[in-house]
Parts: sequence; C-alpha cells; structure tokens
Amino acid sequence: MAEYTLKLRRYDPQSGEAPYYEEFQIDLEPHRSVLEAILKVKAEQDGSVGIRCSCRAAICGSCGVRINGKAGLACHTHLDHAAKTGVNADGKTILVEPMGNMPVIKDLIVDMDAVHWKKIQRVTPWLINKQPVPEREYIVPHENMVDVTQTMACIQCGACVSDCLSMEVDPLFVGPAASAKAYRFVGDPRDAEQFERLKDLAEDPHGIYDCTHCFNCIEACPKGVAPMNQIMRLRRIAGNDHHIVDRNNGERHERAFVSLIRDYGLLHEAELLPRSYGGDSWFGKFHPAAGQELLDSLPVVVRGVMRGKFAPKKALFGHRIPSADLKAVKAIYEKVEGKPRRYELNLYISGYEDEEDAAGAAEPTAVSAYSDGMPSAPGPDPNRPTAASESESA
Amino acid sequence: MPAHDVLIIGAGLAGQRAALAAADAGASVAILSKVHPVRSHSVAAAGGINAALNPEDSWESHAFDTVKGSDYLGDQDAIEIMCREAPDEILWLEHAGVTFHRNGTGHLGTRAFGGASQARTYYVADITGQAILHVLYERLMMHGDRISRYEEWFTTTLLQDESGACVGCVARDIRTGALEVFNAKSVILASGGAGQAFKPTTNALICTGDGIAQAYRIGAPLMDMEMIQYHPTTLAENGFLITEGARGEGAHLYNALGERFMEKYAPNKLELASRDVVSRAEQTEINEGRGFPDGTIALDITKVPRKRTLEALREIVNIGKDFAGVDITREPIHIKPGMHYIMGGVKTDFDGQTPIPGLYAAGEVACVSVHGGNRLGANSLLDTLIFGRRSGDHAAQRARGTAMPKSPVSVLSDAQGEIDAILNRPTGGRRVSEIKNELGETMNRYVAVYRDEAGLATAREIVQRLKQEAPNAAIDDKGTIFNQDVLAAIELGYMLDVAEAIVMAAQERRESRGAQFRTDFPTRNDADWLHHITVSLNGDGPALGTAPVTITKWEPQERTY
Repeated sequence: MAEYTLKLRRYDPQSGEAPYYEEFQIDLEPHRSVLEAILKVKAEQDGSVGIRCSCRAAICGSCGVRINGKAGLACHTHLDHAAKTGVNADGKTILVEPMGNMPVIKDLIVDMDAVHWKKIQRVTPWLINKQPVPEREYIVPHENMVDVTQTMACIQCGACVSDCLSMEVDPLFVGPAASAKAYRFVGDPRDAEQFERLKDLAEDPHGIYDCTHCFNCIEACPKGVAPMNQIMRLRRIAGNDHHIVDRNNGERHERAFVSLIRDYGLLHEAELLPRSYGGDSWFGKFHPAAGQELLDSLPVVVRGVMRGKFAPKKALFGHRIPSADLKAVKAIYEKVEGKPRRYELNLYISGYEDEEDAAGAAEPTAVSAYSDGMPSAPGPDPNRPTAASESESA
Repeated sequence: MPAHDVLIIGAGLAGQRAALAAADAGASVAILSKVHPVRSHSVAAAGGINAALNPEDSWESHAFDTVKGSDYLGDQDAIEIMCREAPDEILWLEHAGVTFHRNGTGHLGTRAFGGASQARTYYVADITGQAILHVLYERLMMHGDRISRYEEWFTTTLLQDESGACVGCVARDIRTGALEVFNAKSVILASGGAGQAFKPTTNALICTGDGIAQAYRIGAPLMDMEMIQYHPTTLAENGFLITEGARGEGAHLYNALGERFMEKYAPNKLELASRDVVSRAEQTEINEGRGFPDGTIALDITKVPRKRTLEALREIVNIGKDFAGVDITREPIHIKPGMHYIMGGVKTDFDGQTPIPGLYAAGEVACVSVHGGNRLGANSLLDTLIFGRRSGDHAAQRARGTAMPKSPVSVLSDAQGEIDAILNRPTGGRRVSEIKNELGETMNRYVAVYRDEAGLATAREIVQRLKQEAPNAAIDDKGTIFNQDVLAAIELGYMLDVAEAIVMAAQERRESRGAQFRTDFPTRNDADWLHHITVSLNGDGPALGTAPVTITKWEPQERTY
C-alpha cells in the first residue's frame, strides 16, 4: 500500500460556482490505476465525483481524462507512474482534470458529442462498398486488413482530440481521431471512394493539411493508433498517388518543403513561399496569391527578425552546409525514393525489431494450429502498384 | 414524448443489430442506452465469432459442438437456426466493413477455439467485438435518418398497457436528469448481462443486469439462471479477461508442478475443451494444492510464435504488460477461473419474443436457450447478432399491425417519485458500494465453479438480507446532471433481483450439468433434470418453474473432450 493525494478538478454546473480543485487521500498499491483510485474515492468518500468508466481495461474508451496535464485513460495509468510524473514535487500528488478541447459537463465528464463525434460524422464514417458486392467475402490481401486494423484499434476515447494543438488554434480542424477514422476507409480496399474521400479532406481548409505535426496525438493515444501517422499517410496517398493539388496549397507546400531540403539540406525560408505556389517553375513564383500571402505574413516576418528568430541574410539567400553533408542528405532522398514502394510503418505489421528471429524460430507444431499461413513480412500492396510507380516518375 | 415503432434498450451488438434490422424492415426505430453505444460491453469480446462458412465445415457440426458444449441443455431448434444462419451473418458483417483477418489467399481466415471440432472462429486480431461494434455503429450513423439514438439515457421502468403488453419505457436523460416516456409498439431488451453481481468478474461496471431485472419485474420468466460461466483464463487480481484465442493459438496450461494437467481431464481437446471443463480442471488443481501459492495456474503463451502473438493477440500483450506486469511473449502469466457470462436470462423464443406481448430480448440479457449449461467461446457474438437481427425484424413486423400506444403521464410522476425517494434517503446508512461488494464476494464464494447446498443456502440468506438493506443505502449526490450515484442505487436493486434468481435456480438443480457443478450431486442426471429451470415473479416473491428442453437430432450422450 502507498498513500497518494488525488487532486481532482471539480465542477458542478448546478452550483453556479466556478470549477475548483479538491484533494482526496487514498491508500492503494502503486501498480493500481488512477481509475481504481477515483472509484475508491467514489465508493468510500464522495459518490458525487463524476467520471465516465466501464471496462477498467483500456478497451471501452470511457475514462479519457487529463492526468498531470496530459490526456490518457485513467484505467491505463498506474498510480506510481502518475505520482512520479506529477506536478507536485512530493511524488504522491496526482492531478486529474477533464480532457481539453471539449466543453465540460460535470467534474471529469466532457461533452464528446459536441466535438469528437461531430468530427467523426464529418468524415463519412462508413464503408461505401466497391461494386459489385461479391456474393461471398471481398478478396483482400492480408496486409491491407492488418494495415487498417491499426486504425480499427481506435476506441474513440478522445485523448488525441483533447491534446491536439491545431484544434486549440482552429476548433474546426477535423482533428486526429476523425482523420484516423478516415484512413480506416481510405486504406480499406473494399471502399469505393478513396479518391473522393481524400479530395474532400485535402480541399477542406480545416482538413488534413491543418495538422502541424506536434506529435501530441501520438503521445496521447493509449492504443497505438498514432493518428498523426495516419494523417501523413492520407497526405501521401492524396498527393503521391492521386495527385490531388488542393486549393489550400497544402500539397504543393509539402512538396516545396521536401524539395528545398533536398536542394539545400536546410530549409530555405525565403524560397518556401514562392516554391509552394510555383514549384520549380520560375514564373509560377509570381502567383498573385503568393504575393497576398507574403503581405499577410509580413508582420510575422518582421516580428521574427526583431526577436532574432532568424537572420534576414540567411533566410533570403539560403543556408550553406558543407558539401559532404549535402551529399549525405541527397543520399537519403535517393534511398527513400528509390524504393519500389513506400514503406509504411504499422503497429500490427512492424511490431518489434526482434520479431523476425522469433518468426523464424516458429515451431512447426504451433504453426499447424492455425488454419492458414502467416505473412513473413509486410509484402507489397498489390492494390497500389501503378500509383506507387507513378509517384516516382512525378 | 418520443414514439417509435420499435424501441431498443441497450446498444451493444444485439441492440445495434436489432436496430439495423428493424430499420431495414421499414420501422421507425429508437435505440436507447445508458452509455454511448461504443462503450457497450460487447466491445470487450476478444477472440472471435463462430460460423461454419468453410466448404469443408457444416452447420450440423457447429450445431452438434454447441449442443454438446451446452451439456444437452440447449434447445436444439434454436441452435439449428443460429448455426444455419451464421455464415450469412459473417458475410453481412464483412460487407458492412468488419476488417476480418484474411488468410494467405485473401479469403477469410479462421482460428481454433474451445469445444469446437473445426477451426471456425472468424476474428479481427483479438479485438473482434470492438471491430464489429464500431462497424455497426458506423452503420447506425449512416442510417441516422431512420434510427434515433438516445445515448446516455438510463431506463428505469418498462411500461405495460391494461392488457399486459409492453408499450415502452420510462428513461432518465443522464445529462439533464429529466425523465421521459418512450412509447413504442415493440420493445427489445438488449441490455446485456449481470456480471457485476460477482466480484471479481471480467464484466464491465455497466453489466448490472438491468434488463433481466426490468423484465422480471413486469412478469417475464427468467430461465437457466443457475448457469454462470467461469472463464478459464482471468487475471487473479482484477478479473481481467485473457482471451481463449490464446489457447486457440496454441498456449498451454500448467500447474505449479509444471504438469500440463489438461492431459488428465480432456485427453483429446486438452486446453481447448469447453470452458466449464477447463475451469473445473483448474479449480480442482488449485483446490488440491497443485496451484501456485496465490491460487493460480500458469498460462504459457510463449508456445505461440512471438510475431504471431504480437499480431493476433496484441490486446492481451497490452493487458499483461499494463495490468499484470508480465510480458506474455516471454513468460507465463498467472490466471484462474473467473466469472464471465450468464447463460441464463429472459426466456425468449427464437424470434426474441418473451411471453409478454410486445417485449423482446436478445443477447446476453436473453435466454433462447442456445447456450444451455455452457456457452462455447465465440458463440456469444453470434448469439447477439443472429437473435438481435431476428428480434429487430420480428418486432418491426409486429409493429406494422399495431396502433401506437400512449402511456398516461402519471407513469412519469411515479418514476420521479422513486428517484426522489432515493435522493431523500438519510445519510449515515451503509453505502451502496459496500452492499454491492458484499453481494459480489458472496456470489463469487458460494455460487462459483463448485457449489453445494450449504453454500447456496448461505448465499440466499445474505442476498435476502442485502435486499432488505438496499432500499436504505445512502448516496451522496443530490444533483440532477450526471448523477451516477442515483443510478448506482437503482442498479444495485437490479443486481440483487438477478442474484436471488441465480441462487434459487442453483439450489433447485440438484445435479451437475454444464457450468453448474454440485459437489453434493456430482453427476448429470438426465432422468430428473433434463429440463430448464425458470424463475418468475409471483406476487412479491420469486417462484420456480420448469420448461422442456427441445431435442431434435442429438440425443444426450456422455460428454468427454
């Protein structure tokens, strides 16, 4: 047994009073979860503490909260870990608050319908069957099903939505959970509308190009769904495979970024905007929209210079890195772009690094327990070979 | 006052499947649940769903395995329907978008499961329930124009008209505390099981027997209530489930002496004998001193290739790591039998109809009975979907020829009066949580794998005392918005009703069959007990009855694995 102090953010909408913090002392083994501690408080001290919960085993997705400022499942966070990373130096205080980016209903309960589920609805969250629907099952490569199973593993707890920085700035951003849900259909070979889905999300000013790669959603997700990775994959399929050039300029901006690093080894700030509009075309750089955006950005540029965030000379004429380093950067590009297909990381496929050995050492008797074979490695995706080769020539 | 052709209470797999079927049949549908639908406990179903879909398999084989698994207490006509319709249901799910595991040729692949003579379990890693539940919810969103969703509404009472037909319910909007009358031509209960009457249990906190008790209170008979499934592999400390899929993939069970003891109890099927057999074997090993000091058995998943475990059993890798501190790919994990499922429930026919006109039940809340004395692993998802669909379909047909009922508003003030009485209870009495704990520990002690008359009589006494105490149990929260305290007090009453029925039926069945093993009557006795036991409310108290078992093709035989 160990003693912990649970510091809960309380809010009673009927009291007319502002939220406040209340501390509860509890005695529990260190490996027990924060949820068990809260349930102990409810059972023994104050039954009015509000928290959604059901399965206690990180599968129902009810108990999303912020623990010491970071979103996660209460049932999935050990007390000792939470206390160690706590906001107080005493090593025993655990701060529990409702998730962010969503209105609070009471105590630790937030209104998920108003934000999370609304965004899920936004991405047409159902399979649109490829026609004709077969009499039996669709024939789908094993790897594709495993691939979408990573996003199927999402339990809709809202932790990623809670900690999404882009959504904090742009509440209309479709967000990490809904984007992962979108990938679940985009990556599913049985879906008929891959292109339409991607076009929709690329053209939406609050769509996939609104993500700023802060990694918060990956950190917050208790199930390894890695929503940001799914957003990047949506972008890659939209840009490389379908050549969707969106009116938000997201695709060209990303392309400009990638080509600038290839050419200079570091970002060439002054070139980024023109190239985002004109690509490698010299004339395209004088796109009127680019001028407008440059004008809009000027205050930021001025502030940046004044505070010494960047040196005007380097920004204007580009960075110079030693030629050996630049060569090394180019070698990375050649290696990545030279692959016959994109290598996509997936939780269920990639697993851990030493798994190849383990698979190699599989006992024949154990293998015969399955009715079918196992994949030896992530194989090529037969549904996208032409698209992949197109992207290389592009 | 919302009015719908078909009202479904509970939004797990059975409820959602019923809603989709009823909407398909042209009915206006409401689906109401005390939690958001994807939080329903179906989400925790791990291993898979059975169907004889391979050409070399047959529905007869599936049906026989189910009959044998039920220890001949399952109704064979219902089992036949379930097994015949299973393949089409799998294909329906596949077309709806479930990401079922594929084999090397891109076709649906299967895994082995307990009590089955073929590998006929279709699955999505070890998140099958979650994958299906979330896909059904996708379909609910797709049909949002025809299916009204009432998420986070708590049903307090089922309503009846003068003739006794069920015509809707009263429910509380958990977010506001407001009560509302729901009128409906047909009502389908799909509110799941009652595992929380036991402690520990694999079941979620929401599994409090609401629907079973609500139906019982308006006169519907309960059946097979003594049949409580103890799952062979649950974590000792908190009761969390380790999927049968682990043994399906090749994991072994060992006692503390390092013996693979299932060789003794089920020489042919070993770890993949039916659940009652494996749980009893484990309990025997533990009781006879061959378990580990903490009263457990070792489940060795390291027999399964690590890559396969990481891909197909990912969830239990996480459970081992997060909740037991064990890397299951490297070392055995300690488990023991734990309460998992209730085979019994509200008695229905194979269209989900209860004896109360207009009231249907499907899924764990119901007893068709396809599971009889013991449910086979991966048959529960099938049960929810097949009988959920059939209930939804039948309820929609029934609604077509029925006028929309209208309950008097007085039912609202009655329901409000009950809630006010809870809110106005004096403080200082025993807490709801204390009574619930005592109930759970009592049931798990006396109504578990091994039972006898003395223990059951003790359990009954305790349950009856707790029933006296419960109406005075104190609560803290007096508010209306998300008052979980008041709901817990109502749920406690439901669990006590269900527990009483379980104990009475277990006392009544003086033989050993399926999940019911009586040390004082250790053999199966077909001459006297090859029938269902029912419990129904008679006046103020429960009354026992019987119902015949339907036997079509398969005469009872001795049961060995």
